Amino acid sequence: MKVDRSRCLYCGGCVGICPANALELKEIHLAVDEGKCTGCGLCVKFCPVGAIRRDG
Amino acid sequence: MMRELRYDAVVVGAGPAGSVTAWELAKRGVKVLVLEKRQEIGAPKRCAEGINAIGLRQIDLKPDRRWIAQEVSGCVLYSPSGKKLVIRPELGLKGYILERKVFEKYLAAEAIKAGARYLVKTTVIDVIKDGAGAVTGVKADSMGEELTVRAKLVIAADGVDSMTAKRAGLDTVNKLGDYHSGFQYEMAGVKADESMLHLFFGRKVAPKGYAWIFPKGNTMANVGIGILGTESADGSRAKELLDRFIADNPSFFSGASPIEANGGGIPVSAAPKAFVGDGIMAVGDAAQQVNPIHGGGISLAMGAAKIAASVAADAIAAGDTSRGRLKEYESRWYEADGNRMRRLFKLRSFVEKLDDGELEKLAGILDGEDILELMSSTNMGLLKALARKAPTLLPLAKKFLE
Repeated sequence: MKVDRSRCLYCGGCVGICPANALELKEIHLAVDEGKCTGCGLCVKFCPVGAIRRDG
Repeated sequence: MMRELRYDAVVVGAGPAGSVTAWELAKRGVKVLVLEKRQEIGAPKRCAEGINAIGLRQIDLKPDRRWIAQEVSGCVLYSPSGKKLVIRPELGLKGYILERKVFEKYLAAEAIKAGARYLVKTTVIDVIKDGAGAVTGVKADSMGEELTVRAKLVIAADGVDSMTAKRAGLDTVNKLGDYHSGFQYEMAGVKADESMLHLFFGRKVAPKGYAWIFPKGNTMANVGIGILGTESADGSRAKELLDRFIADNPSFFSGASPIEANGGGIPVSAAPKAFVGDGIMAVGDAAQQVNPIHGGGISLAMGAAKIAASVAADAIAAGDTSRGRLKEYESRWYEADGNRMRRLFKLRSFVEKLDDGELEKLAGILDGEDILELMSSTNMGLLKALARKAPTLLPLAKKFLE
Protein backbone atom coordinates (compact mmCIF):
# COMPACT_ATOMS: atom_id res chain seq x y z
CA MET A 1 0.00 0.00 0.00
CA LYS A 2 1.11 3.53 -0.76
CA VAL A 3 0.17 6.53 1.35
CA ASP A 4 -0.32 9.83 -0.46
CA ARG A 5 1.18 12.16 2.12
CA SER A 6 -0.38 15.26 0.57
CA ARG A 7 -3.88 13.81 1.02
CA CYS A 8 -3.47 11.97 4.36
CA LEU A 9 -4.94 13.76 7.39
CA TYR A 10 -3.14 11.44 9.84
CA CYS A 11 -6.49 10.69 11.50
CA GLY A 12 -5.70 7.02 12.11
CA GLY A 13 -9.09 5.85 10.85
CA CYS A 14 -7.48 3.20 8.63
CA VAL A 15 -5.42 1.88 11.55
CA GLY A 16 -8.61 1.05 13.44
CA ILE A 17 -9.88 -1.20 10.65
CA CYS A 18 -6.70 -3.00 9.58
CA PRO A 19 -7.23 -6.70 10.39
CA ALA A 20 -3.51 -7.45 10.04
CA ASN A 21 -2.18 -4.68 12.33
CA ALA A 22 -0.06 -3.57 9.39
CA LEU A 23 -0.79 0.15 9.79
CA GLU A 24 0.40 2.44 12.54
CA LEU A 25 -0.13 6.16 13.01
CA LYS A 26 3.13 7.61 14.23
CA GLU A 27 2.83 11.23 15.28
CA ILE A 28 2.36 12.67 11.79
CA HIS A 29 3.32 9.70 9.72
CA LEU A 30 1.29 6.69 8.66
CA ALA A 31 3.55 3.64 8.61
CA VAL A 32 2.71 0.58 6.51
CA ASP A 33 4.33 -2.71 7.49
CA GLU A 34 4.50 -4.46 4.11
CA GLY A 35 5.52 -7.66 5.85
CA LYS A 36 2.19 -7.81 7.69
CA CYS A 37 -0.08 -6.29 5.00
CA THR A 38 -2.25 -8.92 3.34
CA GLY A 39 -3.46 -6.56 0.59
CA CYS A 40 -7.11 -6.88 1.67
CA GLY A 41 -7.79 -3.27 0.66
CA LEU A 42 -10.11 -2.35 3.57
CA CYS A 43 -8.01 0.75 4.30
CA VAL A 44 -8.15 1.80 0.62
CA LYS A 45 -11.95 1.56 0.68
CA PHE A 46 -12.39 3.21 4.06
CA CYS A 47 -10.08 6.24 3.87
CA PRO A 48 -12.27 9.39 4.07
CA VAL A 49 -9.99 11.27 1.65
CA GLY A 50 -8.66 8.48 -0.61
CA ALA A 51 -5.07 8.77 0.60
CA ILE A 52 -4.21 5.06 0.40
CA ARG A 53 -3.62 3.31 -2.92
CA ARG A 54 -2.41 -0.09 -3.96
CA ASP A 55 1.15 -0.15 -5.24
CA GLY A 56 1.58 -0.07 -9.01
CA MET B 1 20.33 6.15 26.51
CA MET B 2 17.69 4.05 28.18
CA ARG B 3 15.49 5.30 30.98
CA GLU B 4 13.33 3.13 33.24
CA LEU B 5 10.38 4.37 35.28
CA ARG B 6 8.06 2.64 37.73
CA TYR B 7 4.42 3.62 38.22
CA ASP B 8 1.29 1.96 39.58
CA ALA B 9 -0.49 2.61 36.31
CA VAL B 10 0.45 3.89 32.87
CA VAL B 11 -2.19 5.44 30.60
CA VAL B 12 -1.52 5.51 26.85
CA GLY B 13 -3.21 8.52 25.24
CA ALA B 14 -4.12 11.93 26.67
CA GLY B 15 -7.59 12.42 25.18
CA PRO B 16 -10.70 12.70 27.35
CA ALA B 17 -10.65 8.95 28.12
CA GLY B 18 -6.99 8.92 29.17
CA SER B 19 -6.96 12.14 31.14
CA VAL B 20 -10.16 11.41 33.05
CA THR B 21 -8.82 7.94 33.90
CA ALA B 22 -5.56 9.51 35.10
CA TRP B 23 -7.38 12.22 37.03
CA GLU B 24 -9.63 9.72 38.81
CA LEU B 25 -6.67 7.42 39.56
CA ALA B 26 -4.59 10.29 40.93
CA LYS B 27 -7.48 11.40 43.14
CA ARG B 28 -7.39 7.91 44.66
CA GLY B 29 -3.66 8.17 45.37
CA VAL B 30 -2.55 5.95 42.48
CA LYS B 31 0.84 6.85 41.00
CA VAL B 32 -0.01 7.31 37.31
CA LEU B 33 1.90 8.34 34.17
CA VAL B 34 0.19 9.40 30.92
CA LEU B 35 1.99 9.01 27.59
CA GLU B 36 0.84 11.15 24.64
CA LYS B 37 2.33 10.50 21.22
CA ARG B 38 1.55 13.91 19.80
CA GLN B 39 3.59 17.00 20.52
CA GLU B 40 0.41 18.78 21.56
CA ILE B 41 -2.50 17.37 23.54
CA GLY B 42 -5.87 17.90 21.87
CA ALA B 43 -4.87 18.67 18.29
CA PRO B 44 -5.80 17.90 15.61
CA LYS B 45 -9.31 16.95 16.68
CA ARG B 46 -11.07 13.92 15.19
CA CYS B 47 -14.45 14.96 16.40
CA ALA B 48 -17.38 17.38 16.01
CA GLU B 49 -16.85 18.54 19.63
CA GLY B 50 -20.46 18.18 20.80
CA ILE B 51 -21.29 17.00 24.32
CA ASN B 52 -24.52 17.06 26.28
CA ALA B 53 -24.74 18.75 29.67
CA ILE B 54 -25.03 15.38 31.44
CA GLY B 55 -21.71 14.31 29.94
CA LEU B 56 -19.90 17.03 31.88
CA ARG B 57 -21.94 16.61 35.04
CA GLN B 58 -21.04 12.91 35.37
CA ILE B 59 -17.41 13.85 36.01
CA ASP B 60 -18.34 16.87 38.16
CA LEU B 61 -17.04 19.32 35.59
CA LYS B 62 -18.60 22.79 35.52
CA PRO B 63 -18.86 24.36 32.06
CA ASP B 64 -15.94 26.76 31.70
CA ARG B 65 -15.73 29.64 29.19
CA ARG B 66 -12.17 28.66 28.34
CA TRP B 67 -13.27 25.50 26.53
CA ILE B 68 -16.92 26.02 25.62
CA ALA B 69 -17.25 27.52 22.15
CA GLN B 70 -21.04 27.50 22.00
CA GLU B 71 -24.04 26.44 24.03
CA VAL B 72 -26.84 24.68 22.14
CA SER B 73 -30.37 24.02 23.33
CA GLY B 74 -31.95 21.98 20.58
CA CYS B 75 -31.55 20.17 17.32
CA VAL B 76 -32.92 20.43 13.78
CA LEU B 77 -33.11 17.21 11.76
CA TYR B 78 -33.45 17.62 7.97
CA SER B 79 -35.13 14.87 5.93
CA PRO B 80 -33.87 14.00 2.41
CA SER B 81 -36.38 16.47 0.91
CA GLY B 82 -35.42 19.17 3.43
CA LYS B 83 -38.37 18.74 5.77
CA LYS B 84 -37.39 19.98 9.24
CA LEU B 85 -38.00 18.07 12.44
CA VAL B 86 -37.17 20.32 15.38
CA ILE B 87 -36.23 19.24 18.88
CA ARG B 88 -37.19 22.50 20.56
CA PRO B 89 -35.36 23.99 23.56
CA GLU B 90 -38.44 23.39 25.76
CA LEU B 91 -37.69 19.67 25.60
CA GLY B 92 -34.63 20.27 27.75
CA LEU B 93 -31.90 19.04 25.39
CA LYS B 94 -28.90 21.09 26.47
CA GLY B 95 -25.39 20.71 25.22
CA TYR B 96 -22.13 22.37 24.36
CA ILE B 97 -19.74 22.55 21.45
CA LEU B 98 -16.29 22.31 22.99
CA GLU B 99 -12.99 23.79 21.94
CA ARG B 100 -11.33 20.41 22.32
CA LYS B 101 -7.73 21.42 22.20
CA VAL B 102 -8.38 23.68 25.19
CA PHE B 103 -10.68 21.17 26.89
CA GLU B 104 -8.17 18.31 26.68
CA LYS B 105 -5.35 20.39 28.08
CA TYR B 106 -7.70 21.47 30.87
CA LEU B 107 -8.46 17.82 31.74
CA ALA B 108 -4.73 17.07 31.72
CA ALA B 109 -4.15 20.02 34.06
CA GLU B 110 -6.79 18.69 36.47
CA ALA B 111 -5.09 15.27 36.42
CA ILE B 112 -1.67 16.81 36.98
CA LYS B 113 -2.94 18.94 39.89
CA ALA B 114 -4.30 15.73 41.43
CA GLY B 115 -0.85 14.12 41.12
CA ALA B 116 -0.68 12.49 37.67
CA ARG B 117 2.39 12.92 35.49
CA TYR B 118 2.53 13.30 31.68
CA LEU B 119 5.01 12.89 28.85
CA VAL B 120 4.28 14.29 25.36
CA LYS B 121 5.74 13.36 21.98
CA THR B 122 6.17 9.91 23.51
CA THR B 123 5.09 6.96 21.36
CA VAL B 124 4.53 3.51 22.81
CA ILE B 125 6.46 0.97 20.75
CA ASP B 126 5.33 -2.19 22.51
CA VAL B 127 3.76 -3.60 25.65
CA ILE B 128 5.85 -5.63 28.09
CA LYS B 129 4.42 -8.97 29.20
CA ASP B 130 5.53 -11.41 31.89
CA GLY B 131 6.01 -15.13 31.29
CA ALA B 132 2.30 -15.80 31.71
CA GLY B 133 1.29 -13.15 29.18
CA ALA B 134 0.10 -10.51 31.66
CA VAL B 135 0.90 -6.92 30.70
CA THR B 136 3.45 -5.35 33.07
CA GLY B 137 4.41 -2.14 31.31
CA VAL B 138 5.28 -0.47 28.02
CA LYS B 139 8.31 0.42 25.95
CA ALA B 140 8.22 3.87 24.41
CA ASP B 141 10.15 6.36 22.34
CA SER B 142 10.17 9.66 24.21
CA MET B 143 11.57 12.30 21.85
CA GLY B 144 14.27 9.96 20.66
CA GLU B 145 15.02 8.52 24.08
CA GLU B 146 14.22 4.88 24.77
CA LEU B 147 11.92 4.56 27.74
CA THR B 148 10.66 1.58 29.74
CA VAL B 149 7.70 2.10 32.06
CA ARG B 150 6.91 -0.74 34.45
CA ALA B 151 3.42 -0.68 35.90
CA LYS B 152 0.89 -2.93 37.59
CA LEU B 153 -1.68 -1.90 35.02
CA VAL B 154 -1.67 -0.44 31.50
CA ILE B 155 -4.69 1.53 30.31
CA ALA B 156 -5.12 1.80 26.54
CA ALA B 157 -6.80 5.14 25.83
CA ASP B 158 -5.11 5.59 22.47
CA GLY B 159 -8.14 6.07 20.27
CA VAL B 160 -9.41 4.30 17.17
CA ASP B 161 -5.81 3.78 16.08
CA SER B 162 -4.98 2.07 19.38
CA MET B 163 -2.04 -0.26 19.05
CA THR B 164 -1.75 -0.83 22.78
CA ALA B 165 -4.96 -2.84 23.19
CA LYS B 166 -4.10 -4.99 20.17
CA ARG B 167 -0.51 -5.54 21.30
CA ALA B 168 -1.88 -6.65 24.66
CA GLY B 169 -3.99 -9.24 22.85
CA LEU B 170 -7.46 -7.63 22.89
CA ASP B 171 -9.48 -7.90 19.69
CA THR B 172 -10.43 -4.26 19.13
CA VAL B 173 -10.24 -4.21 15.32
CA ASN B 174 -13.25 -2.44 13.82
CA LYS B 175 -15.41 -4.03 11.10
CA LEU B 176 -16.26 -2.06 7.94
CA GLY B 177 -19.99 -2.46 8.65
CA ASP B 178 -19.67 -1.08 12.20
CA TYR B 179 -17.31 1.80 11.51
CA HIS B 180 -18.03 5.22 10.05
CA SER B 181 -15.72 7.07 7.72
CA GLY B 182 -15.71 10.71 8.81
CA PHE B 183 -14.57 13.97 7.31
CA GLN B 184 -15.07 17.50 8.56
CA TYR B 185 -14.14 21.09 7.98
CA GLU B 186 -14.19 23.65 10.70
CA MET B 187 -15.53 26.63 8.75
CA ALA B 188 -16.07 30.34 9.24
CA GLY B 189 -18.78 32.35 7.54
CA VAL B 190 -21.49 29.72 8.09
CA LYS B 191 -25.06 31.02 8.26
CA ALA B 192 -27.02 28.79 10.66
CA ASP B 193 -29.03 29.15 13.86
CA GLU B 194 -26.16 28.88 16.33
CA SER B 195 -28.34 27.77 19.23
CA MET B 196 -29.13 24.49 17.48
CA LEU B 197 -27.36 21.43 16.13
CA HIS B 198 -28.22 20.72 12.48
CA LEU B 199 -28.33 17.12 11.21
CA PHE B 200 -28.96 16.12 7.57
CA PHE B 201 -30.17 12.69 6.46
CA GLY B 202 -30.58 10.87 3.16
CA ARG B 203 -28.89 8.42 0.81
CA LYS B 204 -27.51 11.15 -1.43
CA VAL B 205 -26.31 13.37 1.41
CA ALA B 206 -24.75 10.71 3.64
CA PRO B 207 -25.41 7.02 2.89
CA LYS B 208 -26.03 5.13 6.17
CA GLY B 209 -24.91 8.13 8.16
CA TYR B 210 -25.56 11.86 8.37
CA ALA B 211 -24.05 15.26 7.78
CA TRP B 212 -23.86 17.89 10.51
CA ILE B 213 -23.38 21.53 11.34
CA PHE B 214 -22.22 22.04 14.94
CA PRO B 215 -22.01 25.81 15.55
CA LYS B 216 -19.05 27.25 17.43
CA GLY B 217 -20.16 30.89 17.53
CA ASN B 218 -19.06 33.94 15.49
CA THR B 219 -20.16 32.15 12.24
CA MET B 220 -17.74 29.30 12.91
CA ALA B 221 -18.93 25.69 12.87
CA ASN B 222 -17.80 22.10 12.55
CA VAL B 223 -19.33 20.97 9.24
CA GLY B 224 -18.88 17.26 8.76
CA ILE B 225 -20.12 13.94 7.55
CA GLY B 226 -20.00 10.33 8.65
CA ILE B 227 -20.91 7.43 6.37
CA LEU B 228 -20.81 3.72 7.02
CA GLY B 229 -17.49 2.21 5.90
CA THR B 230 -19.26 -0.14 3.49
CA GLU B 231 -20.56 2.89 1.55
CA SER B 232 -17.16 4.52 1.09
CA ALA B 233 -15.75 4.26 -2.46
CA ASP B 234 -14.06 6.40 -5.08
CA GLY B 235 -16.50 9.16 -6.04
CA SER B 236 -18.47 8.83 -2.80
CA ARG B 237 -15.87 9.13 -0.07
CA ALA B 238 -16.65 11.19 3.01
CA LYS B 239 -14.67 14.18 1.71
CA GLU B 240 -16.31 14.10 -1.72
CA LEU B 241 -19.79 13.82 -0.20
CA LEU B 242 -19.12 16.70 2.18
CA ASP B 243 -17.78 18.93 -0.61
CA ARG B 244 -20.98 18.16 -2.56
CA PHE B 245 -23.18 18.83 0.49
CA ILE B 246 -21.53 22.23 0.99
CA ALA B 247 -21.91 23.13 -2.71
CA ASP B 248 -25.59 22.04 -2.67
CA ASN B 249 -26.48 24.20 0.35
CA PRO B 250 -25.59 27.82 -0.43
CA SER B 251 -28.11 29.06 2.13
CA PHE B 252 -25.71 27.85 4.82
CA PHE B 253 -22.35 28.02 3.06
CA SER B 254 -22.34 30.69 0.31
CA GLY B 255 -20.06 32.93 2.37
CA ALA B 256 -18.11 30.22 4.18
CA SER B 257 -14.54 28.91 4.00
CA PRO B 258 -12.68 26.17 5.86
CA ILE B 259 -10.23 27.02 8.65
CA GLU B 260 -9.35 23.40 9.51
CA ALA B 261 -9.77 19.89 8.01
CA ASN B 262 -10.30 16.73 10.08
CA GLY B 263 -10.72 13.06 9.33
CA GLY B 264 -11.52 10.06 11.44
CA GLY B 265 -12.88 6.60 11.97
CA ILE B 266 -15.94 6.36 14.22
CA PRO B 267 -16.69 3.00 15.89
CA VAL B 268 -20.45 2.34 15.94
CA SER B 269 -20.37 -1.26 17.16
CA ALA B 270 -21.44 -0.54 20.78
CA ALA B 271 -18.13 -1.99 22.10
CA PRO B 272 -16.15 -5.18 21.35
CA LYS B 273 -16.69 -8.45 23.22
CA ALA B 274 -13.90 -7.86 25.74
CA PHE B 275 -11.93 -4.78 26.64
CA VAL B 276 -9.92 -6.02 29.63
CA GLY B 277 -7.14 -8.59 29.94
CA ASP B 278 -4.43 -9.45 32.46
CA GLY B 279 -2.84 -6.10 33.37
CA ILE B 280 -4.70 -4.19 30.61
CA MET B 281 -7.87 -2.16 30.23
CA ALA B 282 -9.11 -0.26 27.15
CA VAL B 283 -11.14 2.95 27.48
CA GLY B 284 -12.94 5.27 25.05
CA ASP B 285 -12.57 4.95 21.25
CA ALA B 286 -9.94 2.22 21.81
CA ALA B 287 -12.75 0.18 23.39
CA GLN B 288 -15.30 1.34 20.78
CA GLN B 289 -17.28 3.08 23.52
CA VAL B 290 -19.16 5.35 21.14
CA ASN B 291 -22.88 5.99 20.79
CA PRO B 292 -23.82 3.92 17.71
CA ILE B 293 -26.75 6.11 16.72
CA HIS B 294 -25.00 9.51 16.59
CA GLY B 295 -21.30 8.60 16.82
CA GLY B 296 -20.65 10.80 19.86
CA GLY B 297 -17.90 9.48 22.09
CA ILE B 298 -16.61 12.11 24.55
CA SER B 299 -19.30 11.63 27.15
CA LEU B 300 -19.19 7.82 27.03
CA ALA B 301 -15.39 7.83 27.13
CA MET B 302 -15.33 9.97 30.27
CA GLY B 303 -18.03 7.90 31.95
CA ALA B 304 -16.15 4.70 31.15
CA ALA B 305 -12.91 6.29 32.37
CA LYS B 306 -14.48 7.00 35.73
CA ILE B 307 -15.61 3.39 36.12
CA ALA B 308 -12.28 2.03 34.84
CA ALA B 309 -10.33 4.15 37.32
CA SER B 310 -12.48 3.09 40.24
CA VAL B 311 -12.01 -0.61 39.41
CA ALA B 312 -8.30 -0.09 38.63
CA ALA B 313 -7.54 1.72 41.89
CA ASP B 314 -9.14 -1.08 43.95
CA ALA B 315 -7.38 -3.75 41.88
CA ILE B 316 -3.99 -2.08 42.32
CA ALA B 317 -4.57 -1.68 46.08
CA ALA B 318 -5.51 -5.35 46.32
CA GLY B 319 -2.42 -6.39 44.31
CA ASP B 320 -4.59 -8.19 41.77
CA THR B 321 -4.80 -6.73 38.25
CA SER B 322 -5.82 -10.00 36.61
CA ARG B 323 -8.44 -10.16 33.89
CA GLY B 324 -10.89 -11.76 36.30
CA ARG B 325 -10.60 -8.84 38.70
CA LEU B 326 -10.71 -6.17 35.96
CA LYS B 327 -13.84 -7.66 34.40
CA GLU B 328 -15.79 -5.72 37.02
CA TYR B 329 -15.12 -2.67 34.80
CA GLU B 330 -16.85 -4.40 31.86
CA SER B 331 -19.92 -5.40 33.86
CA ARG B 332 -20.24 -1.97 35.51
CA TRP B 333 -19.87 -0.25 32.14
CA TYR B 334 -22.59 -2.38 30.57
CA GLU B 335 -24.87 -1.57 33.46
CA ALA B 336 -24.16 2.17 33.28
CA ASP B 337 -24.06 2.69 29.49
CA GLY B 338 -23.26 -0.41 27.46
CA ASN B 339 -26.66 -2.06 27.58
CA ARG B 340 -28.25 1.18 26.37
CA MET B 341 -25.64 1.31 23.58
CA ARG B 342 -26.58 -2.25 22.58
CA ARG B 343 -30.21 -1.15 22.17
CA LEU B 344 -29.16 1.93 20.18
CA PHE B 345 -27.06 -0.38 18.02
CA LYS B 346 -30.27 -2.17 17.04
CA LEU B 347 -31.94 1.15 16.30
CA ARG B 348 -28.97 2.02 14.09
CA SER B 349 -29.44 -1.23 12.16
CA PHE B 350 -33.09 -0.31 11.59
CA VAL B 351 -32.39 3.25 10.43
CA GLU B 352 -29.67 2.02 8.05
CA LYS B 353 -32.17 -0.19 6.25
CA LEU B 354 -34.47 2.71 5.40
CA ASP B 355 -34.51 4.23 1.92
CA ASP B 356 -35.14 7.94 1.43
CA GLY B 357 -38.89 7.45 0.98
CA GLU B 358 -39.11 5.64 4.30
CA LEU B 359 -36.93 8.25 6.02
CA GLU B 360 -39.31 10.87 4.64
CA LYS B 361 -42.25 8.94 6.05
CA LEU B 362 -40.57 8.77 9.46
CA ALA B 363 -39.89 12.52 9.39
CA GLY B 364 -43.59 12.99 8.76
CA ILE B 365 -44.79 10.95 11.72
CA LEU B 366 -42.20 11.51 14.45
CA ASP B 367 -41.92 14.66 16.51
CA GLY B 368 -39.12 16.03 18.67
CA GLU B 369 -40.31 14.14 21.72
CA ASP B 370 -40.32 10.84 19.81
CA ILE B 371 -36.73 11.44 18.78
CA LEU B 372 -35.62 12.14 22.35
CA GLU B 373 -37.41 9.01 23.49
CA LEU B 374 -35.56 7.04 20.82
CA MET B 375 -32.23 8.45 21.95
CA SER B 376 -32.91 7.28 25.48
CA SER B 377 -33.24 3.87 23.80
CA THR B 378 -36.79 3.08 24.82
CA ASN B 379 -37.67 1.79 21.37
CA MET B 380 -41.26 1.00 22.34
CA GLY B 381 -42.30 4.56 21.45
CA LEU B 382 -41.12 4.07 17.88
CA LEU B 383 -42.98 0.79 17.51
CA LYS B 384 -46.20 2.38 18.78
CA ALA B 385 -45.84 5.40 16.50
CA LEU B 386 -45.15 3.16 13.51
CA ALA B 387 -48.05 0.86 14.29
CA ARG B 388 -50.35 3.87 14.31
CA LYS B 389 -49.02 5.95 11.43
CA ALA B 390 -46.76 3.82 9.19
CA PRO B 391 -47.68 0.16 9.66
CA THR B 392 -45.71 -0.83 6.52
CA LEU B 393 -42.47 -0.08 8.39
CA LEU B 394 -43.47 -2.06 11.46
CA PRO B 395 -42.22 -5.53 10.40
CA LEU B 396 -38.80 -4.11 9.54
CA ALA B 397 -38.61 -2.19 12.81
CA LYS B 398 -39.65 -5.24 14.83
CA LYS B 399 -37.04 -7.34 13.11
CA PHE B 400 -34.23 -5.07 14.25
CA LEU B 401 -35.49 -3.71 17.54
CA GLU B 402 -36.75 -6.78 19.32
